[in-house]
Amino acid sequence: MVRNSLGRLVPETFAGRKVIPYRDPWSLQPDRERATRCLKRVNPGEEKLLGSLREAIAAAGLKDGMTISTHHALRNGDFLLNQLVRVIDSLGLRDIKIASSSIHPVHAELIPYIRKGVISGFECGVNGLIGELISRGELHCPVTVRSHGGRARSLITGEVPVDVAFIAAPCCDEYGNMNGVSGPSACGSIGYAMVDALHAGTVVAVTDSLVPYPATPISIPQTLVDYVVTVDRLGDPAKIVSTTTRITTDPIGLQIAKYAAMVIETSGCLKDGFAFQTGSGGIALAVADQVRSLMRKGNIRGSFGCGGITGYFVDMLEEGLFQTLFDVQCFDLRAVESMGKNRNHLEISADMYANPFNAGAVVNRLDCVILGATEVDTDFNVNVNTESNGYLLHNTGGHSDTAAGAKLSIIVAPSIRGRLPIVRDAVTTVTTPGETVDVIVTERGIAVNDRHAGLKEELIRRRAPVKDIRELREDICRVTGEPRPLEFEDAVVGLVEYRDGTIIDVIRKVKE
Amino acid sequence: MADFQLLRSLLYVPGNMPSMLQNIPLFHCDGVIIDLEDAVPLSEKDAARILVKRFLETYLERNKVVLVRINPLDSKWGFDDLGVVLPAHPDGIRLPKADTPEIVERLDTRLTEFEEEMGEEIGRFRILPSIESALGILNATGIARTSKRVFALAFGAEDYTVSMEIERTKEGEELFNARTRVLWAAKAAGIQAIDTIFADVNDMEGLRRETELIKRLGYTGKSLVNPRQIDVIHEVFAPKPDEIEYALQVIDAIKRARLMGTGVISLGGRMVDAPVVKRAVRVLRTAHAHGLVESVVDDEVVYGTE
Repeated sequence: MVRNSLGRLVPETFAGRKVIPYRDPWSLQPDRERATRCLKRVNPGEEKLLGSLREAIAAAGLKDGMTISTHHALRNGDFLLNQLVRVIDSLGLRDIKIASSSIHPVHAELIPYIRKGVISGFECGVNGLIGELISRGELHCPVTVRSHGGRARSLITGEVPVDVAFIAAPCCDEYGNMNGVSGPSACGSIGYAMVDALHAGTVVAVTDSLVPYPATPISIPQTLVDYVVTVDRLGDPAKIVSTTTRITTDPIGLQIAKYAAMVIETSGCLKDGFAFQTGSGGIALAVADQVRSLMRKGNIRGSFGCGGITGYFVDMLEEGLFQTLFDVQCFDLRAVESMGKNRNHLEISADMYANPFNAGAVVNRLDCVILGATEVDTDFNVNVNTESNGYLLHNTGGHSDTAAGAKLSIIVAPSIRGRLPIVRDAVTTVTTPGETVDVIVTERGIAVNDRHAGLKEELIRRRAPVKDIRELREDICRVTGEPRPLEFEDAVVGLVEYRDGTIIDVIRKVKE
Repeated sequence: MADFQLLRSLLYVPGNMPSMLQNIPLFHCDGVIIDLEDAVPLSEKDAARILVKRFLETYLERNKVVLVRINPLDSKWGFDDLGVVLPAHPDGIRLPKADTPEIVERLDTRLTEFEEEMGEEIGRFRILPSIESALGILNATGIARTSKRVFALAFGAEDYTVSMEIERTKEGEELFNARTRVLWAAKAAGIQAIDTIFADVNDMEGLRRETELIKRLGYTGKSLVNPRQIDVIHEVFAPKPDEIEYALQVIDAIKRARLMGTGVISLGGRMVDAPVVKRAVRVLRTAHAHGLVESVVDDEVVYGTE
């Protein structure tokens, strides 16, 4: 075991691969070329349309030990991955690695196949029960948690060689042109799959809505797609765009949002050309609502809104508050609809969105991002992967990417969750390093990273409830008491990879 | 509690809900009314009382006025409520069903006894009587003058409309006479008047209209049921820039007057004396609470030094 620069002990190797300990957010330089794959030739008259997933798996040449991927734009409504693994099992294949862009609670159906040895590893973070069972040592399956940008990087560099990508295509033609804006399983942007389409050994489009050639608009073109397969249903539309997309009515959440808006206003970044990202949670949307009012009041014309896009951002685009939306994932139907019709609502790939190893990602141009946390600590490190019980329950998403990219990254979180303080001496798991986190906003106070002395002073002058992060921690613990520390065993069951591929922390087996 | 205490917003918080009590220090209302009465089911009366006491004991850095709405004195809980919560030092008691001066006097007497037993300054605990019945409305003048502890009258429209056997509407015509009568009684006694709650927590426009109305009538504050209502109420009560400007001129003028050894001076042809100064001070304190002026005016400006 070695210590990384944050003092976290990481193993020297994991699942047969060498581990590079995290150093800092900026200095690691890529030392290799882009991964390549074989050139292909499809002659006139050759068909790509196959009869079933089973045929596609065979045609793609999937073998024991290979890696497959899917994308997560169908989120908890996804039917594809479960269906795929059932077929893979029925073909007698084993030791398959999953390198999807994310795993959702719906994929708990995979658990028996993990036990059976069909699936032997996750090259991506997991949401829900699978992560919990792995943390408890009840499921043996190494996990490497990656951010959205980090996952794109790992495919592009070839660190994670995806043998076959199965891309859920809500609208697709028989030659493989596809988009996500129409069809019964419309999910909007398929920006995560764009990376897979470019880098997987074989690309299979899976659709429940085969349209006459050509399917337009074209998000992923025919030139990248080897096979096309139809299935009855790709997903459950009710669960595809199911994220919380309503402004919170909780007074505490609203208070946090008000403070966050105050921080944004005070920082001076809210001017023409403002570039902004929020998640889809109720508090984040409340912040967006406040920012929207401030932009209207100040007659400010922003540059772009980014990330997972909600109807809220669509309204701001249509109102002229943003010039453009960069959309890697649609969070609700309003966003899906808008992307289909508004030329300024652009679908972008995960590479363009957040990959640190290209000539500059969109996150680098963000002025401000609003992010959540399950825990933060007095070094401003943020945890979004594990909860206070130590279980791996959430994927990183774009958290560490946007925090690194944005000039001002603001964490919004209630100070107390389930009677536990969210500000700790040390987070259970570091997802995002404190070096990239600027302000932590809770209803009990605002903590500003020392790197922003000017912002801190100005907030104090405006009578914002600014507190030193340690003072904030103490204030919260006066209400909650000091929580009993979690106990872990030595066994490392997962890695948390930083966006540059270094290992920022590990997931250990929880002592029960 | 200072005489000029701003009481634009008095938020009801149920006394039986720890999750809400713990957030009291965080809200930006001017005061809270921790409720032991209507919000608390009969089976939880004892527990809520103890919970409120415990909460107040830990709430040491008080940043707002803390009132406790006890159960009516003629109920079997009213006096026990007092016995448990007073040692935890609320600023005062919101007395429900304050229909007659005699009811307020009973509370006054009891509070004096507590203060004597506890070795507290007499008059420390204040009283906010709820005028919430036809009888209360008729007796408002007397109630306002019952005791020095009474710092304001609170109008309670929900119970009032029940006592009148009428429906409460959002327009509020049915409340007009009662509101005015409570206001006269309060103003005549030189105390504040606090308006009733606005029950629809999702109708911010309705809340704004009602608050604008009661501000025009002369109310200086409003009770509220949800923290989300605080901002709207404060916005309505926020002084306008020209009001602040005039108030600053008044303070400046009275300071000059004091230097000249007088308490009256002319400002732009209008006489500035104690009432005008008091109003200016109120405007500036409100403005300060809104972050619109930097400093607070101290009492010396109003009354001069001895």
